[in-house]
Amino acid sequence: MQVRPLSAVPKRVLLLLAIGLSAQLGWHFSHPPLPPVAANLPQPPTLATLQLASFGEPIALSKMLLLYLQNFDDQPGVNAPFWHLDYPRITTWLGLTLQLDPPGQYPLFLASEVYGDIRDQAKQRLMFEFVYHQFFINPNQRWRALAYAAIKAKHQLNDLPLAHRYAEAIRLNATAPEVPDWAKQMDIFILEDMGQYDNALSLLDALIQSGQVSNRGELELLQGRRDSIAAKVNRPKL
Amino acid sequence: MLKQIRTIAYYTLLEALRNRLIWLIAVVALGGVGLSGFLNEMALTEKREIQLALLAALLRFSGVFLLATFVVTSMVREANDKGLQLLLALPLPRAGYLFGKLSGFSVLAVMVGLLFGLLVAVLASPQQAIIWTVSLIFECWIVAAFSMLCVFTFNQVVAALSSVMGFYLLARSISALQLISNQPLAEHTPSQRAIGAMIDGLAAVLPHLEMFTRTDWLVYSTGTWTTLFALTGQSCAYLVLLAGAALFDLYRKNI
Repeated sequence: MQVRPLSAVPKRVLLLLAIGLSAQLGWHFSHPPLPPVAANLPQPPTLATLQLASFGEPIALSKMLLLYLQNFDDQPGVNAPFWHLDYPRITTWLGLTLQLDPPGQYPLFLASEVYGDIRDQAKQRLMFEFVYHQFFINPNQRWRALAYAAIKAKHQLNDLPLAHRYAEAIRLNATAPEVPDWAKQMDIFILEDMGQYDNALSLLDALIQSGQVSNRGELELLQGRRDSIAAKVNRPKL
Repeated sequence: MLKQIRTIAYYTLLEALRNRLIWLIAVVALGGVGLSGFLNEMALTEKREIQLALLAALLRFSGVFLLATFVVTSMVREANDKGLQLLLALPLPRAGYLFGKLSGFSVLAVMVGLLFGLLVAVLASPQQAIIWTVSLIFECWIVAAFSMLCVFTFNQVVAALSSVMGFYLLARSISALQLISNQPLAEHTPSQRAIGAMIDGLAAVLPHLEMFTRTDWLVYSTGTWTTLFALTGQSCAYLVLLAGAALFDLYRKNI
């Protein structure tokens, strides 16, 4: 399509265009941008509201919310460290995303490995407790985040009873064959670290005799470990 | 009449292709891949699941939106150009015109569904991608039929398109609305009961689109052929209802 020459445009139209552009630029430069301010995480909506807002796509909404939460520390022009955030509120958000997408592991991963990886022990504990409570909804699927929380409780919080509580929950509840042996056996070695040799020995004996461990190398490793614990409490070797 | 239906369907499809609709759909598909890929890079774990969920949700909505827009604008333009009058002046029953248009739009929906289905098949298992694709095609057919009905009723782009989008979003969230209105902790005042009854009434006449084209099929491989069988039943029933309503409207129209 051919266009008419510029001279075909009336002068008044060009004038109007120039006035409009000048007014817009003047308005823009008379309003300097506001200084960046770190916003607080908003109060989460109810689950019903989110379900309605998802328009039948709860999984996609859950994933979007998780990316929003994960990047909340990185706001325009300002960086709010995780430990500045309102942790009880974060757990509510994470709980909602889990309710929208129950098989999703991402909220638990964020809780144990991202929000739980800060220097504030009270906030770390809050996240680990969130993971612990969520674990019981589907232990065979949600054990991984709790195992990570147990390791963190042991090595970062130096709280062996807490680590034992988490590891014991995995041992007793995550019994599906797809849950790896190391996760199921973690409790035994935490008990050993706690000096509860008798309990550790009882669990090891029960495990070895149950026939659950079929791998020869792993069985030998467990027996060797059992013997070293037995030596500490003067109990006979197997 | 079958030959006439085929001819109208052919020219409807030809219009879509000459409108460069397929190019637009391809651009949306590429945009979806780019956006979901970007979000995938932001994710720390479950990258495939996140990319798949967001891509599928975006493609599903885009496919339906583009198809509905095309159906509405194409039919309104045809009505404004007096093309409908010209066609109906020929020895062609009104039902032939409607089924011809519907067939053309349905073939277009199949093309959209296949293109988007191929994209999700890159990330999802083939069986789940097939179930998702067939379901998307059903969903598009229902929306195309409803769009036609809205054009016959309103004859205007804005009114028809707004109605289609309202219908589509309501059909996708009607079950959530029902759950909210029927929850045991809700107050049981007369107004609440009236609203609850209204929502139940709406649910009875709307297709349950939240059961269609589900993202969890792709992400968690939960789709089965039985699910698809149930959706086939729902789609057939609703398409018959919509075609009946559109025919009723078309035959009563004084053209």
